Amino acid sequence: MSRPSDLVQGTLDLLLLKILALEPLNGWAIGQRLKQVSGDVLQVSDGSLYPALHKLEQEGWIAAEWRASENNRRAKFYSLTRLGRRQFEKETANWARLSGAIASVLRIEEA
Amino acid sequence: MRIEHWLYELPLRLRSLVRRRRVDAELDEEMAYHVERETEELIARGTTPAEARRAARRAMDGLTLRKEECRDARGLNPIDNTLGDIRYGLRVLAKAPGFTLVAILTLALAIGANSTVFAVLNALILRPLNVPQGETLWGTEYGIDNGFHSYPNYLDLRQRNRSFEDLAAFNFLFVSLDAGHSPSSATGFGTTLNYFDVLRIQPYLGRFYRTGEDRGLNSAPYIVLSYAYWHSRFQDDRGLIGRTVEMNRRPLTVIGVAPPGFRGTLMFVSPDFFTPTTNQDRVDGVSPLDVRGNPRALFETFGHLKPGVTPAQALADLKRVGAYLAATYPKEFAQNQYELGRTGLTSFGGAVNVFMAGLMALAGLILLAACANLGGLFAARSTDRAKELALRLALGSSRNRIVRQLLTEAMLVSVAGGALGLLGSLFLLSRMADWQPFARAPVHVPVAADAHTYLVALVLAVLSGLLFGIVPVRQILRTNPNTMIKAGAGVHPARRVTLRDVLVVVQIAICGVLITSSMVAVRGLVRSLRADFGFDARVVLAGTNLGAAGYSADRVPAMQRRMIDALKTIPGVERVALVNEYPPLLYAAAATTNVFRAETTDMRPANVAATPYRYSVSPDYFEAAGTRVLTGRSFTWHDEKDAPAVAVANREFARRMFGSVAGALGQQFKMQDGTRVQIVGVAEDGKYLSVAEDRKPAIFVPCLQAPATTDYLLVRSRRDPRELTPAIRRTLRELDSGLNVDAGTWASMLDVALFPARVAVVALGVLGAMGVVLSVTGIFGMAAYSVSRRKRELGIRLALGARSGEILKVALGRPIKLLLVGSAAGVGLGMLASRVLAFIVYQATPRDPLVLTGVALVMALVGMLATWIPAQRALALDPVTLLREE
Repeated sequence: MSRPSDLVQGTLDLLLLKILALEPLNGWAIGQRLKQVSGDVLQVSDGSLYPALHKLEQEGWIAAEWRASENNRRAKFYSLTRLGRRQFEKETANWARLSGAIASVLRIEEA
Repeated sequence: MRIEHWLYELPLRLRSLVRRRRVDAELDEEMAYHVERETEELIARGTTPAEARRAARRAMDGLTLRKEECRDARGLNPIDNTLGDIRYGLRVLAKAPGFTLVAILTLALAIGANSTVFAVLNALILRPLNVPQGETLWGTEYGIDNGFHSYPNYLDLRQRNRSFEDLAAFNFLFVSLDAGHSPSSATGFGTTLNYFDVLRIQPYLGRFYRTGEDRGLNSAPYIVLSYAYWHSRFQDDRGLIGRTVEMNRRPLTVIGVAPPGFRGTLMFVSPDFFTPTTNQDRVDGVSPLDVRGNPRALFETFGHLKPGVTPAQALADLKRVGAYLAATYPKEFAQNQYELGRTGLTSFGGAVNVFMAGLMALAGLILLAACANLGGLFAARSTDRAKELALRLALGSSRNRIVRQLLTEAMLVSVAGGALGLLGSLFLLSRMADWQPFARAPVHVPVAADAHTYLVALVLAVLSGLLFGIVPVRQILRTNPNTMIKAGAGVHPARRVTLRDVLVVVQIAICGVLITSSMVAVRGLVRSLRADFGFDARVVLAGTNLGAAGYSADRVPAMQRRMIDALKTIPGVERVALVNEYPPLLYAAAATTNVFRAETTDMRPANVAATPYRYSVSPDYFEAAGTRVLTGRSFTWHDEKDAPAVAVANREFARRMFGSVAGALGQQFKMQDGTRVQIVGVAEDGKYLSVAEDRKPAIFVPCLQAPATTDYLLVRSRRDPRELTPAIRRTLRELDSGLNVDAGTWASMLDVALFPARVAVVALGVLGAMGVVLSVTGIFGMAAYSVSRRKRELGIRLALGARSGEILKVALGRPIKLLLVGSAAGVGLGMLASRVLAFIVYQATPRDPLVLTGVALVMALVGMLATWIPAQRALALDPVTLLREE
C-alpha cells in the first residue's frame, strides 16, 4: 500500500536517495522535486513518501535535522549519510544492470 | 556494513523507544508542515483556501494510516505490541486474583522442586569437587564394597599405570588433636605427599607439603588445617603457622591452611586437617603402611587422566595393573577388582547417582503435572473468555495477535512462578548447606545454587509457560466469531473427550504415582526400623580410641580388659563386651575379609570361597549384644593370641560354605594368609552394613586374635540408658582421663545406616505432598469450571424440580469419573515405579494392603476436598436470578 503498484519494488528508495544526493530537502520539497523531474509518469502519492523516508532513516542511509525552511518555518530536512551514498551508488549500479538486462531482453526479435 | 548499520540504527531505535512521545510529536509536526505547505502552494495557484486544504489532505491518502506506517518503518510496533500485551495481560490477571495466585503457586512449587533437586544433582554429581579441572579427575575404586588399598599396592599402581598424570591417595584419621589447651577429637585425611599437587590447589596461608619431601616413614611431621577448622578452632590465628600441635600425643608442625572452598576429596565428609600418610601408622598401631596385605592403609586414590585418555582406556589400564598385582602377589592381593569412579563419590557413587536421577525424574513429573494442571486452567479460562476473543476477532484483530496475547499471559504467570520457586529453592539450599545430619560425624551436604541453577529455573519457567500456554491455542484458532457472539459460551455441552479431560487424567495419574511411591517408601522405612537387626538396639555402646589416647598396640588388650571389668562394676549392669573398630550398622563401616576352603593351598583371588563381614569381638559379645548363638559356643578369654584360631560364623556363612548350620560346626576354613580357622559356633544372621541389605555372610573372631586400637564397649543392663551413659563415661574417665568416649544406645547411633532411607522418605514425602496439592487444585479447577460453565443448565434443572443428588451428579459426575480413571492409572504406574524404590528403601513393596488402602483413601480425600466448594456452589444456585441473568 505504501507504494504505487507500477513502481518497481525498491525504486522509490533509489529515487529518494538520488534526489537527496543533490541537496538536503524537507519532505514536501522532495515530493515537489519528484513530480517535477518525472513529470506525471511516476505517480507517488504524498502519503507514501513519509513511510519510505522513515524507513531510509532507520536504515541509516539518510539523516534528519530540524531546520528553517525556504519560507522560514521549522521543517524536517533529510540529507544523505556516508552510508547512504554508498547504498545509492550500489543501487544505481544495480539499476543500470537490471534495466540493461531488461532492455536487451526486449530487443530480442521474434523469430 | 552490518556494524556501521547498527551504529546508526541502534540510537534511533532507542530514541524511538525511550522518547516516543517526542518522536510522535515530531511525526505530527512533519506531516502538518507538509499539509500546510501544500495548501499554500495550491492557494498560490488559485484554488480556494477550503478546497486547497481538502486537496492537500487527500493527497496524503489517510494521515493516521501513514503515521502508523511510519511507526512501523521505525520498528516500533512489535515492541509496542509486546508492551501492550504485557500491560493488558497484567490487567487481566489482576482481575482474576484467585486464578492467578493458584497458577503462580502451582508453578512455584514445581519449579522450586526442580531447581532444588537440580542444584543438589549439580553439586553432588555434575561438579563434585571444588578444584581446578575437576572434570578430568577420576578416582580408582578397589574392592567390592569399599575403596581400600594397601600402601604398596598404591605405589605399584602409581608407578605402573599409563593413564594418570599422577596418582594421590588419602585415608581417614580419627584422632585426638591437642593445640596446647586440651585434646579434642578431630577427623582428618592422611594423604600422600603429592595430594595437593595432584589437586592443583594453592594454600590459603603458609604452604602445602609437596611431592618429594618424604624420606621414609615419619619424615614429614607436618599438618595442614582446613579453612573451616582453622577458622572455628583457632579463630583465624595467622600466628599458628610454624607452631606445633599434638596428634595422638605426637608433635606435628602446622605448615599451612587450605583454601576456604576446599573441603577434601570426599563428598559428604569434610576433614579438619591433612597430614602425610606416612604419619599414620602411629595413629593406628595395627595398620602398618608397608604391609601389602593391609587393605586399610589407604581409602581412595585419584588423579587427573592424561590428555586424550578416555575413562574406558583408563579402566582397562587399571585392570591390567590389577591383574599384574594379583599374579605377582597372590597371597596378599585380595579378590578384588579395580574400578573407576568420580573422585569424592567413589564409594557411594552408584547409589547416589541412581537416587538423584530418580528424584530428578520425579521432580520432572511434578513439573509436567503442574503444566497439565495450568494447561487445563488456561484452556478453561479461554473458553470462558470466548466472547471477548470472538469480539476482538470480529473487530479485526488477527488470530496471531490473540495467540500472542494469551502466550504473554502464560509467560507472565510462568516467570512469576519461576522467580518465586527459585527464591524458595535458594532458601532451602542454604538451609541444606548448613545442615549437619549427624551430630557425631563431620558429615555435610555441600550444595549451593550457582549460575547453572538459575539458568535451569529460567529455562524451565519459559518452557512450561509455552507448554501450558499453547494448550488453548488450538481452540482459539477454531473460534468462529459469528456463532460465538450469537450463542454465547456453553453452546457445546459435554463433548466426548476433550483435551482438558486428558490433561486432568494425566495430571492425576502423575500425582497418583508420586503418592503411591511416597507411601511405599514411608511404609518401607517404618518396617526397616522395626526389622530384626540381629542384635538388641537398646544396648548402650561406648566407643573409645585407645590409639588416640596414646596406647601402643601391645598395651591395648590389657587396657580393653580393664575397661570391661570396670564397667561390670556399675550397678545394674548385666553384661559387658567389646567389639573392635565398629559394631554392625555403625557409621556404615563394616569391613570384609576373604576366606578360602580348608583344602585350598593357592590363595589366588579366583579361589576365594566367600567374602564375609568380619568382626573382632570379646567373650560375652553375643550375650551382651542379644545375638542368639544357634549352636556351639561363643568365645572365652582363653581364645588368645597363641591359642588355635577360632571363629563364630553366622547362619548365612555356614549355609554358603558348608550347606547347613549343623554341618558347619567344627569345620575349618582358611584366611588370606593361610591361617586355618575352626568354626566353634554359629550365630543368627543380622544386618551389618545397611538395613536394606539381603542376608550377608559374617564371621566373628576373638578380639585377642585380631586386636585393634579402636573399639566399642557393649553394655547390657536393666537401667535406663539415660542414667547409664553418664555412669559409663565417668567410669572410663576414672581409668584414663584422656579418653574420649562416644556413648549412646545402639539405636541412637544408627543414623548413618538409616540416612539413605530417611533422605529418600523425606524427599519422596515432599514430592508426594506436592502431588496431593496439585491433584486437589487440578480437580478443583476442573469441577469449579464444570459448574460455572453449566450454570444455566443446572438452573433450568433446579427450576424443573431436580433434587440435590441429581444436580451433583450432573455437575460433578465428569470430574469424579476423571479422578477415578486418573487414580487407577496412577496407582498402577506407581506400583511399577516402586520396584525401583526397593533398591533404596528396605522392604519397600507396593504389594502391601496398607499402601493400597492408604493411596485409595488419599485419592478419595483429594476428590472430596477438591469438589466440596464447587458442589456447594452448584447447590446454592438460584434458578430465578440465573435465568434472568442469561
